[in-house]
Amino acid sequence: METIFHPYHSSSAERSDRSAGDRLRHRQKVREAIRQNIADIIAEESIIGKDRDRIIKVPIRGVKEYRFVYGENAPGVGQGGDDAEPGQVIARDQGKDNGRQSGDQPGIDYYETDVTLEELVDIMFEDLELPFMERKLLREIEVEHHHRRKGYRKKGIRVHLDKRRTARSRLKRRKATHRKEGEELGSQRFPFHKDDLIYTHRVIETRRESNAVVFCIMDTSGSMDTMKKYLARSFFFLLYQFLNTKYQRVETVFIAHHTEAREVTEEEFFHKGESGGTFISSGYRRALEIIQQRYHPSLWNVYVFHCSDGDNFETDNSAALQAAGEIAEISNLFGYGEIKPLGSGYYGSSMIQFFSQLDRDNFQTVQIQRKEDIWPAFKSFLVKDRLRKEAG
Amino acid sequence: MASNDINELEAWNERIFAHARGFGLDTYPQEFEICDHEQMLGYMAYSGMPSHYPHWSYGKNFEKLKTLYDYGVTGLPYEMVINSDPCLAYLMRDNSFLLNILTLAHVYAHNDFFKNNFTFSSIRAEFTIETFKAHADRVRRYIEDPSIGLEKVERLLDAAHALSLQCRRNLAIRKPTPAEQEERRLEESTPSPDPFQSIHRRTEYVPPDLTKTPLYPDEDILLFVRDHNPFLSDWEKDLLTIVHEETQYFIPQIDTKIMNEGWASLWHKRIMEELDLPQGMRLEFIVRHNQVLSPNIGGINPYYLGMKVWEDIEKRWDNPSAEEEREYGPRKKGGREKVFEVREVERDSSFLRRYLTEDLIREMNLFEYEARGNERVISRVADKESWRAIKETLIHNVGMSSVPVIKIEDADYNSNRVLLIKHYHEGRDLHLEYAEKTLQYLHQLWKREVVLETIINEKKSLLCFTDDRLVIKGLR
Repeated sequence: METIFHPYHSSSAERSDRSAGDRLRHRQKVREAIRQNIADIIAEESIIGKDRDRIIKVPIRGVKEYRFVYGENAPGVGQGGDDAEPGQVIARDQGKDNGRQSGDQPGIDYYETDVTLEELVDIMFEDLELPFMERKLLREIEVEHHHRRKGYRKKGIRVHLDKRRTARSRLKRRKATHRKEGEELGSQRFPFHKDDLIYTHRVIETRRESNAVVFCIMDTSGSMDTMKKYLARSFFFLLYQFLNTKYQRVETVFIAHHTEAREVTEEEFFHKGESGGTFISSGYRRALEIIQQRYHPSLWNVYVFHCSDGDNFETDNSAALQAAGEIAEISNLFGYGEIKPLGSGYYGSSMIQFFSQLDRDNFQTVQIQRKEDIWPAFKSFLVKDRLRKEAG
Repeated sequence: MASNDINELEAWNERIFAHARGFGLDTYPQEFEICDHEQMLGYMAYSGMPSHYPHWSYGKNFEKLKTLYDYGVTGLPYEMVINSDPCLAYLMRDNSFLLNILTLAHVYAHNDFFKNNFTFSSIRAEFTIETFKAHADRVRRYIEDPSIGLEKVERLLDAAHALSLQCRRNLAIRKPTPAEQEERRLEESTPSPDPFQSIHRRTEYVPPDLTKTPLYPDEDILLFVRDHNPFLSDWEKDLLTIVHEETQYFIPQIDTKIMNEGWASLWHKRIMEELDLPQGMRLEFIVRHNQVLSPNIGGINPYYLGMKVWEDIEKRWDNPSAEEEREYGPRKKGGREKVFEVREVERDSSFLRRYLTEDLIREMNLFEYEARGNERVISRVADKESWRAIKETLIHNVGMSSVPVIKIEDADYNSNRVLLIKHYHEGRDLHLEYAEKTLQYLHQLWKREVVLETIINEKKSLLCFTDDRLVIKGLR
């Protein structure tokens, strides 16, 4: 007999995870690829104020295996039913692997991976090179229960059953029953009755100081490009995460402005490129209006941050200064970040110098040139908030 | 799988093998290894090899296979056979008993094909496992070498993998040595004797440029770079050799996929039918067989297409139609003899060219499609006018014909040590993004500018990769 059978050994099966090393290496490459594109991903995804377990599809470039292959104008052959006719569409969107073609077609190497927001945030922190301690601070959001007891109810859920009061009401009823019937308190069984059950009642309390609202104001004039938006978004994101650790409820308001300001959704905020000039004051005025209407400073902690690349019409400067003063008056913290990627800035049109006339404790200007600047800028921004807390 | 199962399997195997031999299959000794699905995924990711050098792309492979398997998009294949002597195949213990028997029968036919098809004759099957093991050991040694390390090895393998399929396809033809090429060059340039030389003007003798490298366009890109780039260190040259050799091992399999799978399906069916299976197993066999052999609507199922053609050959040689009889004369061979001859001397492209008939194309409703925007649209269906075109397209998409032919033309282009390679365009343009990235890899290996001559939108163009960027120049 020429044929040999090698029986199955579970021990060799355990040893045989030989692809482990290569899988690890592959995942590292995927991660690396995400890191390299983090600016694009963050700039394209809505991450502020989203659930941390949200899964984001990230297209991966850089782990493709390239070869010389034929392109678009190469026809193929397939097998059809009786009804195949010229002109019939058999597939759409070559980007997806529909299991039709052999694996050497370029379309199929298109690669997408799922990452959770949590992971993405990790990668972003890595990219920003945050110190580990700080990272921890931002990641661990403490969840406090703000349920307060308020009275008792006859109905409720099992976990809220107040055993002590329930037992007492049973005793009361028992006594009353015996008195009425004039019997001795004997050994007769006296079970709980539905009416004995007493539940605690809880209300969710909104504490005044647990409300915060973040106003993200951004210049969306033509000069704000993807990189600038990434920097701005990273900053807003840090701010949001940080406030989340301090407040129970954090709301965000996005205001996009060029020569006039609009309140927009996050998506629009980062995606709508607009053009034209810049009136910074318009953004501030709109923020003030919204604060008046919805977030009264007596109920809300207001944080305002404004990102711009520093171009403003000369004529608007004094109006901007005045509005900035008003915002500083009613907000906890008001920041102005000027984003000038290296080599793009010309010194002349910086608002930072101009805003230095505004002498407020809770107003801070920061300049961001590179992504490495974000963290120091963020820290210096928060210092102002702490000072105010101590003072108040 | 319990030991009594193994005993039973061996009993069945004896009968299966007897039938295989009875049908005339001529095999290497066979070994079966029983594994679980996790191991099977591992083998699949590394093309079935028990040992293989590490590279992240195999990890990617594994993840992809596992995802597809876990989500039930694809099952695992029933069979995984390695062309080696003895021939090695895997059986999954999670599979049903019948499926494993079916696999036995299927594997013997593959085994026969590996041993007898001419494309495999360039491979020393007795050394397969050892060669892959030796390659793995060498690559691991380079990775562990502190002066080289994983990063460098990986970078080189990335580049080598990108170019690995750019090599000679017909390994049955020996590649002439440089000395022979030189001789041939000289011979070509010598004017042929002219019987009318007294009345013709004497053709001028132009001595051939023997310094040109290569003398004839060279298809083995990796080997050429290895031999002609003086700046490569020994380990780099060795890695290029390893990747080249491994590719050469797989080329016959790439080139005979349809024949090989069709052949195995043809024989497993016949062997199983001879076995006189009990009722339950018989029904399961029919179900499984039909799953494997079901036509893949919209694509091509090589098992189905291959088996159809094999059956058709046998039928046509056993009972030729009157028309064929008239055209080709009486058959000298019977069907059985013919299929065994064909399995020896053809590869997919020639197999389809010779034996895929108009009737078969119509019967299978083959069609041709092309991309229009984001859609794939049927451009031709099997009718009187276009069946030939469909066949032609199919032949251009099987095996190595789906890889563009690109040859090295000049290693000293413009006397500047620029590497000139040429795409032998036959109607299909290259995918430009992929071409760019692949050129970048070639640039990395050659360590100097590389230029690719090709045709883009019917315009002859040069793709020059230099200083980390691609410049496209139109010609004429």
